[in-house]
Amino acid sequence: MLPERIRDRQAPTEPCTAVAAALPGVVDGSIRLDRADRRHVEQCLRCQAELAQYRKLLRAMQALRTSTAPVPTGLVTDVLAHLEAAGERSAVRAALTGRKVAYLGGIAAATAAAGAGAAIVLVSRGRKGRLPLAG
Amino acid sequence: MRFADPSTALVDDLVDAARTGDHVAFEELVRRTYADTYTLARRLVSDEEDARDVVQEAYLRAYRSIGRFRGDAQFSTWLYRITANCASTHLGRRRRHRHDELDEEVDVPDTSPDHDPAAMATASLLRDRLEVAIADLPPRLRAVVVLRDIYDLNHAQIAEELGITESAAKVRLHRARRRLRTQVFPLRGEEPLDHEVEDQAHAS
Repeated sequence: MLPERIRDRQAPTEPCTAVAAALPGVVDGSIRLDRADRRHVEQCLRCQAELAQYRKLLRAMQALRTSTAPVPTGLVTDVLAHLEAAGERSAVRAALTGRKVAYLGGIAAATAAAGAGAAIVLVSRGRKGRLPLAG
Repeated sequence: MRFADPSTALVDDLVDAARTGDHVAFEELVRRTYADTYTLARRLVSDEEDARDVVQEAYLRAYRSIGRFRGDAQFSTWLYRITANCASTHLGRRRRHRHDELDEEVDVPDTSPDHDPAAMATASLLRDRLEVAIADLPPRLRAVVVLRDIYDLNHAQIAEELGITESAAKVRLHRARRRLRTQVFPLRGEEPLDHEVEDQAHAS
């Protein structure tokens, strides 16, 4: 009969299946095994090997951070042209908005000026009319 | 702020200048980061043309919102989040357009070594095998494992950019790691998981 540790390595047992479901989280500490499962891993070569493979996977994934895919020709030029076009569109929008504000401001100023002028005329006429009485 | 030579400026200084509307500074940030941004986009959408679109959209969004970048994270992390969000939007739009189920039945070219002799030759290195295995993942699993394990975004950030809950992000991460581990680091005598059966079991 095979020793338990070797047997475990060859054929996953029921505890192996339960622990295996947790190992992808155990590897980065986001899942903590309970005492029974920890004891199982300590005695089970198969689960230890699987956990080691997850550690290798994580290291390999982290190593990908520094590798870059071959960038298609002209990508940066396209991106900058896209941004420039967007910048121009927003500049045109800003200019149009500015003109609209100026136009409305002009109308408002003209209206105010006309109103003020009319008020002055009315006031001066009223004064002229009252002068004889004042004397 | 104006730079005599933007190519020698520090990233933080370029970011500060770009936040105040310095277009030259933003263009320099694009030049410094586009390869990284494209690589992330390529890993998330697994298609060169789609990745180009995602990169363009990401920089446009970054350009429009850099004034609101508070600087409490690294610029690169901020850009990764925007790129992830654009990729998620792009995949969602494509899924609606094509009326198919990209979540699980993704139409990714089969570049696994078993099916492609050319890939078999180039996949001799671990990195290549891993990139192929990542590309073979369904997009929703791929996005989470790429953002967490390669780009080190936390679950909250990933959940926010992909429009999912944090618990969903964790479940997807574990499933993705399990698939990658069985593909790239199989145990002796271990058969690759029957992912279709596994997915159906999870879906039910």
